[in-house]
Amino acid sequence: MRLTWRPSRWLLILPPLLFLLIFFLVPFGFALKISFAETAARVPPFTDALARGPHGHLHWALTLANYKYLLTDDVYGVAYLYSLRTAFFATLICLLLGYPMAYAIARSSRTTQGILLLVIILPFWTSFLLRVYALENIIRDNGILNTVLLHFGLITHPLRIMRTSVAVYLGIIYSYLPFMVLPLFATLEKLDATLLEAAADLGSPPWRAFLEVTLPLSIPGVIAGSMLVFIPAVGEFVIPSLLGGPNTLMIGRVLWDEFFGNHDWPVASAVAIAFLVLLVGPIAIYQYYNVRQLEH
Amino acid sequence: MSSRPSRVLLPVLCFGIALLYLPILVLIAYSFNASPLVNVWGGFSTAWYAELTHNGKLLDAALLSLEVAVSASTLALVLGTLAAIALVRIARFPGRLLLTGMVNAPLVMPEIITGITQLLLFVSMVQLLGWPHRGLTTIVLAHVVFCTAYVTITVQSRLQAADRSLEEAAMDLGATPQRAFVEITLPIIAPALVSSWLLSFTLSIDDLVISSFVSGPGADTLPMVIYSKVKLGVSPDVNALATLIIAGVGACVIAAGVVMRRAERRRVLEARMAQN
Repeated sequence: MRLTWRPSRWLLILPPLLFLLIFFLVPFGFALKISFAETAARVPPFTDALARGPHGHLHWALTLANYKYLLTDDVYGVAYLYSLRTAFFATLICLLLGYPMAYAIARSSRTTQGILLLVIILPFWTSFLLRVYALENIIRDNGILNTVLLHFGLITHPLRIMRTSVAVYLGIIYSYLPFMVLPLFATLEKLDATLLEAAADLGSPPWRAFLEVTLPLSIPGVIAGSMLVFIPAVGEFVIPSLLGGPNTLMIGRVLWDEFFGNHDWPVASAVAIAFLVLLVGPIAIYQYYNVRQLEH
Repeated sequence: MSSRPSRVLLPVLCFGIALLYLPILVLIAYSFNASPLVNVWGGFSTAWYAELTHNGKLLDAALLSLEVAVSASTLALVLGTLAAIALVRIARFPGRLLLTGMVNAPLVMPEIITGITQLLLFVSMVQLLGWPHRGLTTIVLAHVVFCTAYVTITVQSRLQAADRSLEEAAMDLGATPQRAFVEITLPIIAPALVSSWLLSFTLSIDDLVISSFVSGPGADTLPMVIYSKVKLGVSPDVNALATLIIAGVGACVIAAGVVMRRAERRRVLEARMAQN
């Protein structure tokens, strides 16, 4: 096929390549351009990159003011750091909860494995928005959790979870747990059982075999799962918006408000570009070198 | 790995699964609550379901979302399958790394970033070309991007696992490469095509953030309407709507799973018989 399809292989490559180029990559170029513009009272609400001067000649009209604004106004730095911290700890909890789950699934029989995987994947097929909303039924002041705890006399006052960081953590863990379990399962399943048997034969107790054999070999799964949880969690909007409160100002919400509340498109673009450079950039470079190292 | 019961792992697994399902079960229970008060159980009732049928705004939004999801997942199925074939079957071509990157990036890119940048693209395109107007078209285009990513990843892994020797045998017997692909490999990857279409469909019909950015006036998708309702507080008719959506999607996924498992078993059986 490699040889015979040569003339027509561009029919295969070009449609997806061009589509993603135009509708995924090029938009970042426009965001970059608009992040250097100023707001304007018109449609669309920003100035052109090229402006006509008083003598009729064209000149570049670009400004760094939006980026300066990001640096001087505290809210962005605070929101960004809060998002990073929240995403980090939520990812860590997902990992601590997801690893034993993935391990248990990987160690069960073939049939059970299939059923358990379906059970883990099924919530992923149901609406994310509705699942976040469903969580509210449980953790509200008068929700199930408080009702049960009060009933059994474990607490005297309802726990205040909604509109706090705890609610945001719960939301992220609840929504992203399958993303952690599945890559972990994929690596743990491939793990060669004979290695563990060899370790046991050589007198290694199970916990040591786990630490020295299983854990190091499952690192790719740990990284993949953590990426799938951490990066979207940093930019999460729905969870802090529905479950969080005024103190849980994540960068996604700031961005949303800047856009829909203040209609400041240039600043919103600058936030998006800064986010990309500060978070996705380093990870992409890391991944790139990782892949190249594997290929060598 | 060997199967061995564990006293530590099993409780964690059960806890994790309970965490995943408890909120959904509670929501379904509440949808049958006669009382509009969320903390009072007023007896079994289907009144909230009846109320849904009178909500014109909700029905319009549901229709728009269906239209978007069907168009986006179908387009994404075509583009994603092409990309997957290119990435698996063509070892080297200019732009391979670029394509790999663009296929993987939407999976981790925060939706809010994708949404903003895509809106800026559409606005700039309207300035330059006078097209596309914000609404159905822009929502579909934006959804095709992340759906294509999911389709490519799913089909790619299936293609990598597919046995090339069958296709080669067909070509030895005189089939053209195209025909060998269509008649041998396509049936093998068919389950992946079905499941990636379904996955795209559910992701598209569920999307709130990207749709909110790229949508235009009057074009509200179902998640957008639900979000604005939920933002105002818990409303029992959303519970009913959510239950319907979850039941519908759950039934589709389980049915598709059963059908695919059966097809897979038949295929394996046929392959085994052919070998004997």
